[in-house]
Amino acid sequence: MHDIHVVDLSRLQFALTALYHYLFVPLTLGMSFLLAAMETVYVTTGREIYKKITQFWSKLFLINFALGVATGLTMEFEFGTNWSFYSSFVGDIFGAPLAIEGLMAFFMESTFVGLMVFGWGRLRRGQHLAVTYLVALGSNLSALWILIANSFMQAPTGAHFNPVTMRMELTSLSDLIFSHDAQAKFVHTSIAGYVTAAIFVAGVSAWYLLKNRHTELARRSFRMAVLFGALATVGVITLGDALGFVGAQAQPTKLAAMEGLWKTEPAPMPFNLVAFPSQQEHVNRGTIQVPYVLSLLVTHSLTGSVPGFDELEQQATARIRDGIPAVAALQTLSAKPNDADALAQFQAHEKDLGYGFLLQRYAPDVTAATDADVADAARDAIPQVAPVFWSFRVMVVLGLAMLAYFVMAVIYTMRNRVERKRWFLKLAVWMIPVPFLANEAGWLVAELGRQPWTVYGMLPTWMSASTHSVGYMAFSLIGFVTLYTVFIAIEMYLMVRTIRRGPDDDHAGALPHDRLHVDRMAGYAEG
Amino acid sequence: METYAALQVLWWLLLGVLLSGLAVMVGMDMGVGTILRYVGRNDGERRVALNIIGPHWDGNQVWFILGGGAVFAAFPLIYATAFSGFYVVMLLLLWSMILRPLGFEYRSKLPSAGWRNAWDWALFVSGLVPMVVFGAAIGNLFHGVPFQFSWNLTSTYTGSFLGLLNPFAILCGLLSASLSVFMGAAMVMNGAKDEIFERARTLARMGAALAIVLFGIGGFWVHGMGGYVLTAGPGAGVPQTPLQQSVALANGAWLANFDAHPALWLLPVAGFAGMLLGLLAASARRSHLAWWLGALGWLGVIGTAGVALFPFLLPSSSVPAQSLTVWNASSSQHTLLWMSGFAAVFVPLVLWYTSWAFYVMRGKVDVADVVADEHAY
Ligand code: HDD
Ligand code: HEM
Ligand code: HEM
Repeated sequence: MHDIHVVDLSRLQFALTALYHYLFVPLTLGMSFLLAAMETVYVTTGREIYKKITQFWSKLFLINFALGVATGLTMEFEFGTNWSFYSSFVGDIFGAPLAIEGLMAFFMESTFVGLMVFGWGRLRRGQHLAVTYLVALGSNLSALWILIANSFMQAPTGAHFNPVTMRMELTSLSDLIFSHDAQAKFVHTSIAGYVTAAIFVAGVSAWYLLKNRHTELARRSFRMAVLFGALATVGVITLGDALGFVGAQAQPTKLAAMEGLWKTEPAPMPFNLVAFPSQQEHVNRGTIQVPYVLSLLVTHSLTGSVPGFDELEQQATARIRDGIPAVAALQTLSAKPNDADALAQFQAHEKDLGYGFLLQRYAPDVTAATDADVADAARDAIPQVAPVFWSFRVMVVLGLAMLAYFVMAVIYTMRNRVERKRWFLKLAVWMIPVPFLANEAGWLVAELGRQPWTVYGMLPTWMSASTHSVGYMAFSLIGFVTLYTVFIAIEMYLMVRTIRRGPDDDHAGALPHDRLHVDRMAGYAEG
Repeated sequence: METYAALQVLWWLLLGVLLSGLAVMVGMDMGVGTILRYVGRNDGERRVALNIIGPHWDGNQVWFILGGGAVFAAFPLIYATAFSGFYVVMLLLLWSMILRPLGFEYRSKLPSAGWRNAWDWALFVSGLVPMVVFGAAIGNLFHGVPFQFSWNLTSTYTGSFLGLLNPFAILCGLLSASLSVFMGAAMVMNGAKDEIFERARTLARMGAALAIVLFGIGGFWVHGMGGYVLTAGPGAGVPQTPLQQSVALANGAWLANFDAHPALWLLPVAGFAGMLLGLLAASARRSHLAWWLGALGWLGVIGTAGVALFPFLLPSSSVPAQSLTVWNASSSQHTLLWMSGFAAVFVPLVLWYTSWAFYVMRGKVDVADVVADEHAY
C-alpha cells in the first residue's frame, strides 16, 4: 500500500524539479531560433556586427543551457525513481517518446551545440549557420516529443489496458503522436518559449540603451527581438485559445476548475473574471462575472454549455461503482490468468478500471467498499479548484500584458522612437521575469488541473508513486532544494555578470597566470 | 510469437550496445574529470584537458540519457523497479552527474583560482562517483536485488542502501572506474602534447593494468557464486507478468550460458585482449589505437556480464520467482517494433554526425589556443 505522505512528497518533489527545469527550457527554445536568425543576417549580409551579436547572445544562451541540461537529467530519471508504478503501468507507451526524444532530438541538439560553440574557427560560414539551425531544430524537437508524452497523460489515446500483462500498451503510435492535445500543446508551448526569449533579449538590450552602452548591438537586437516577439505573442494567445478548446473536450474536470464551475448552468454561460472558490462548500465567493463570455470562449458559440462539478461528480460516482467489478476481476486474473469468467467480467467493465483504482485508495478491497468510500473517491475526482483557477488567470493576464507591450514596442521601433522613451526602456527591463511567470503558471494549470490522475481517467496519482519511506523522500527533497538553490544563485550571478561586462569582454576567463603563459608560448613560437 | 521473441532478444542486444556506448563515451568524459587534477598541474593545463572533450561532452552525455529512455521504452519494469529500488544510489549518481554540465560551462567563466579549484573538485566527484555507481549497479545484479511485487505489480524494495555496497559490487565499481580512467587518459593523449601527454600516458597504463586485474578477480569470483536459473515459465515471446515463473538458485549458474555455447568465451577474451593491447598501445604512445582497444575492452566486459545473466535482467533475491527477465520485463511487440524502426534510422545517423563532429574538432589543443579563445571552457 502507498503511504499518502509519500505520494504527496513525491508530487511536491516532482513539481519543484519540473517547474525548475522549466525555468530554463523556454529560453533555450526561443533563443536557439533567435540566434539562428541573427546568424542568418550575418551570413547573408556579411556584416561583422551581426557576428558579434550572435556570439554575445550565445554566451548568455549557454549559461542558461547548462542548467537546462543538468535539471533535465533529473527529469529523465525521476519517473523511475519516484513514479515507479506509473512507469511500469504506462512505460510501454510513455517510454517510447522519451527514448525517441533522446535519439532524435537530444543527440542532435547536444552534438551540434558543441560545434556551435567551438566551431567558429573551424567551420565555413554556411556550415556554422547550419549547425546553429540544427541546435534550434533539436531543442524544439525535444519539446515536441516530451509534450507528446505529456499529452498522453492529459488525454490518453492510442493505447489500451492489457489484463495479461497488467499494464497499458500501445495500440497506435500515430494516434499517440498526432493527438490533438499534443499538437495544440506543442505549438502553444514552443511559441511561448519564443515569447520568453524575445522579452529577454529586448529587456537586456533596453538596459544597454538606458546605460548608453553597446548601442549599435543593442538597437539591432532590440529590433529583431521585438518583431519576433510580437508575432509569437499573437501566436501564443490564439493557440492558447485552441488549447483550451481541445483541453475542454478531453478533460472536463480541468476546464471546470479553470473556470470555477461548481454548478452546471444553461447557455449562454457567464465567465468568472474574479472568484474565490471554496473547495469545501463547493461555491465561489466574491465573484465578478461577465455574461455570455464563457460559452463563447469554450464552445465558440452562444448556445454551448459545459458541465460543472455537480454533474461531473455524479458521473464519477457512477463510474466508480462500475469500476468495482473491473478491479475485482483483475485481481482474480492476476492469480489465475486463464480464468474466463474473470476475463469476461473485466472486459464488461474495463472502461471504468481507473475509477475503480480511485476507490481503492479508500477501500483496498473494492468489493467491500461502503457508500462513504465511494463518496470520498468521488470527491477526489475533482482537482483543487482555487490554484488552477488563479494560475490560469495569471497566465492569461500576463499574456495580454505582453501583447500590449509588444504592440507598443513595434510602434515605437517602427517610428525609431524607443531610445527617447526611457520609461518604455525601463518597462522592457522589468518585463524580463513576466514570461517566465506565465510559463510556470501555465504548467500549474496543466498539471494541477489534471489531478487526481497521472493518466487522465486511467491511473490515479495516489497509485503512481514509488513505495518509498517518508525518510527517503525527505532526504531527496532536501538534497534537491539545497543543490538547486545553489545552482540558481550561481546561474543568476553569471548571467548578470556577463550582461554587465557586455560583448567586448573577450578575455573574461583568463587568469593572470595564463596571460604569462601565452606570452611565453608566443616567445617560443618566435624564437 | 517468434517475431516477439526475436524483438525481445534484439532489444536485449541493443541495450548492450547502448550501455557500451554509455560506458565508452560518457565513461571517457568522466575519466577526464577524474584525472583532471592529475594531468593538469595548473589552470592552463587543466583547461587543455577540459577543452579536449569540451565540444563533445554534451553530445556524449546523451548516451546516458538515451540509456534511461531506452530502458524505459523497451523494459519498463526494469526502469521502474531498478531506479526506485536503487533510490539512494540513483540520487548519488544524479546529484554528482548534474554537477558536470555546470562544471564545464561555468568553471572558466570567472578569473578566480578558488572558484576554478572548487569546480575541478566537482568535476572529479562527477567523474568518479557515477562510474563507480554504474559498475556497482551491474555488480549487484549478480547477487540479486531484494524486491518483490504485489498482485498489480507495485514493486517494493526491501533492502537497505548499505546492502548495495557489497564487496563484489565494489569490485565491479572499481573496474568500471579504472576503465573510464583509461579511456579518459587515452582521449587526453589524443588531444594534448608534452607533459600533459606524458602524465595522461602514465594514468592510462595504471587504469588499464588495474582493470585487467579486477576483471580477472571478478571472473574467479563469479565462478563460485550462487546464480539464478529459470526453471519454468511462459517462455520467450509470450506476453506475461513476473508472477508466473519459477526460479532456482545454483552455484556457478552464471557460467551455464558459457558452458552451453563455448563460442561465448570470446567475449571475456575480447575484454582481456582489449585492455591488455590497450595498455601496450598506450605505452607505445599510440593513443588512438589505445582508445579503440579500450572500447573493445568495454564491449567485452559488458558483453560478458550480459551473457552471464541472460535471460535475467534483474534477479530478485527476496522472491527469486519474481525475478525480471528479458521475457517478462519487455514492452509489447508493437512498441518494440516501432522502437526498432526508429533505432534503425537514427542510430546510424547519430553515429555519422558524431564522427563528423570529432573530425571537425580533430587535432591538438594547446594552452595558448584555450586562453585566446573566448568561447573555450
Ligand atoms: C509565455 C507564456 C504563456 C502565455 C503568455 C500563455 N500561455 Fe498558456 N501555457 C503556457 C505558456 C503561456 C505553457 C507553459 O507553455 C503551458 C503549460 C502546459 C502547456 O502545454 O503550455 C500553458 C498551458 C495552457 C493551458 C493548459 C493546457 C493543458 O491543460 O494542458 C491553457 C488552456 C492555456 N495555456 C491557454 C492560454 C491562453 C488562453 C492564453 C492567453 C493569453 C495563454 N495560455 C497565454
Ligand atoms: C517542464 C514542465 C512541467 C512542469 C512545470 C510540470 C509541473 C508539474 C506539477 C506542478 C506537478 C504537480 C501536480 C501535483 O500536485 O500533483 C506535476 C506533476 C506531474 N507531472 Fe508535470 N510538469 C511538467 C512537465 C511534465 C511532463 C512533460 C510530464 C511528462 C512527460 C510530466 C509528468 C508529471 C508527473 C508524472 C507528475 C506527478 C504526478 C502528479 O502529481 O500529477 N510533467 N508536474
Ligand atoms: C518532465 C519531463 C521532462 C524530461 C524527462 C526532460 C528531460 C530532459 C533532459 C534529459 C534534458 C537534457 C538534455 C541534454 O543533455 O541535452 C533536457 C533538456 C531540455 N528539455 Fe527537458 N525534460 C522534461 C520536460 C521538458 C519540457 C516540458 C520541455 C519543453 C516543452 C523540455 C524541453 C527541453 C529542452 C528544450 C531542453 C534542452 C535545452 C535546455 O536544457 O534548456 N523539457 N530535458
